[in-house]
Amino acid sequence: MRPFPVLLALALATALSFLTLPVVAIFVDSSPAELIDSLGEPGALDALWLSLRTTAMALAIILLVGTPAAYLLATRSFRGKALVVTLVELPLVLPPAVAGIALLAAVGPSGILGGAVDAAGIELTLQTAGVVVALTFVASPFYIRQAMAAFAAVDRTLLDASRTLGASEARGFRRVMIPAALPGLAAGTALALGRALGEFGATLMFAGSFQGITQTVPLAIYDRFSTNFDSALALSAVLVGISAAILVSVKLVQGSEALGGAPG
Amino acid sequence: MLLLLLAGCGGDDARLVVSAASSMAGALTACSGDFDAADVRLSFAGSDELAAQIRQGVKPDVYAAANTTLPDELNKEGLLSKPVEFATNELVIAVPKDSEIESVHDLAGDGVKLAIGSESVPIGSYTREVLARLPGPESDAILANVRSNEPDVKGIVGKLTQGAADAGLVYVTDVNAAGDKLRAVELPAELEPDVTYAAGVVKGAKQPDEARDFVDGLSDGACADALAEAGFGAP
Repeated sequence: MRPFPVLLALALATALSFLTLPVVAIFVDSSPAELIDSLGEPGALDALWLSLRTTAMALAIILLVGTPAAYLLATRSFRGKALVVTLVELPLVLPPAVAGIALLAAVGPSGILGGAVDAAGIELTLQTAGVVVALTFVASPFYIRQAMAAFAAVDRTLLDASRTLGASEARGFRRVMIPAALPGLAAGTALALGRALGEFGATLMFAGSFQGITQTVPLAIYDRFSTNFDSALALSAVLVGISAAILVSVKLVQGSEALGGAPG
Repeated sequence: MLLLLLAGCGGDDARLVVSAASSMAGALTACSGDFDAADVRLSFAGSDELAAQIRQGVKPDVYAAANTTLPDELNKEGLLSKPVEFATNELVIAVPKDSEIESVHDLAGDGVKLAIGSESVPIGSYTREVLARLPGPESDAILANVRSNEPDVKGIVGKLTQGAADAGLVYVTDVNAAGDKLRAVELPAELEPDVTYAAGVVKGAKQPDEARDFVDGLSDGACADALAEAGFGAP
């Protein structure tokens, strides 16, 4: 055999075992019975329910604002566009602890906009709303980036044709661009969803940790790490299950084409 | 090859790994440079996290906890030498400098936002011990004001300095370390829990002799002085 293909196979085998072993260990270490038991405790279900609710709210905001913003960035060119794209993508590479500090410095009670937030009668820190803000901040770049790529990849003649036929740009956006970009938008949604579900550092620093109010599943896992490792394992297993389900459903929605070549 | 690279990160033999409770970070960082027998590598986290790591097979040389329960448990499990009590700390109410909170009874007030330690960490269990000594209705009212159960003292202090919470229960040494941003409100003597720090040599430590010296030095030596300066008491 030629050495290069062997090298490639070895690299893949290394990557695969390194990436799957820890995940497999979660399931090996926790029996199904323990898993169900640990979900029986009220704190675990509260955390799960809170995670799902806050993630759904964050995703709604991300889709509503992110989709038109990504469309604009994908279809227009203007001075400073590269800078705007970079700024929008910046939270992608920020460590969660930095995101937490940044949110406190911006909209925390002593932050630069803290007074305005307070005057508007909104309370974010130590509140569920703060969790949503943290999730939206860290997860939206994942969606916007993917949505931009998806809109940019749509054949512009489709949109132009709809314009020639007299449709407004708003109608073209709704009826042509969004359907055509849908697989990419779905992939972006899944990435943002996964990131939001797993958010830990920014949530803890900005929103705190309180059962049913701000303690999402990752925070609940951390809280149990020292006292109840089995329960932490079981909650981790649930999170792995949900994440895997998201990934698989996106692959199914996108069909086989995406299995091969989805960007990002 | 990858494993060799990772092994290379593991460090050499003359290194003493000390896992210590976060509250000692300032004091131990200041004094460990004076420890001649070995190059001290300090690792700070919640005492319970560090104990959980040791139970999961992580082997530092020294374990220094913010209570006596965890070292005693590890000792019974055969994971730690007989613990030595080396310092005490005082639980206080921490409030922002300009706060109007003057006593533990003010914590039960309407709209007071509290950040305390999670039940699973020592600072959180001390806090609940204190509250349990108050009359039931007052204790319930205070617990109802809790907005965050933080996994460590840093989280509590951060919520206070950022104005997200109005008061929290921490160690007096944490208030000292936060500079002039926070003020300590003392608890009545009858509520104060006994906060004693204990340390031991981890079974299977790579440097057992140096580890023993380090543990002894916590009661007498440069580290004992640094702890006293940070506000810790003698046991």
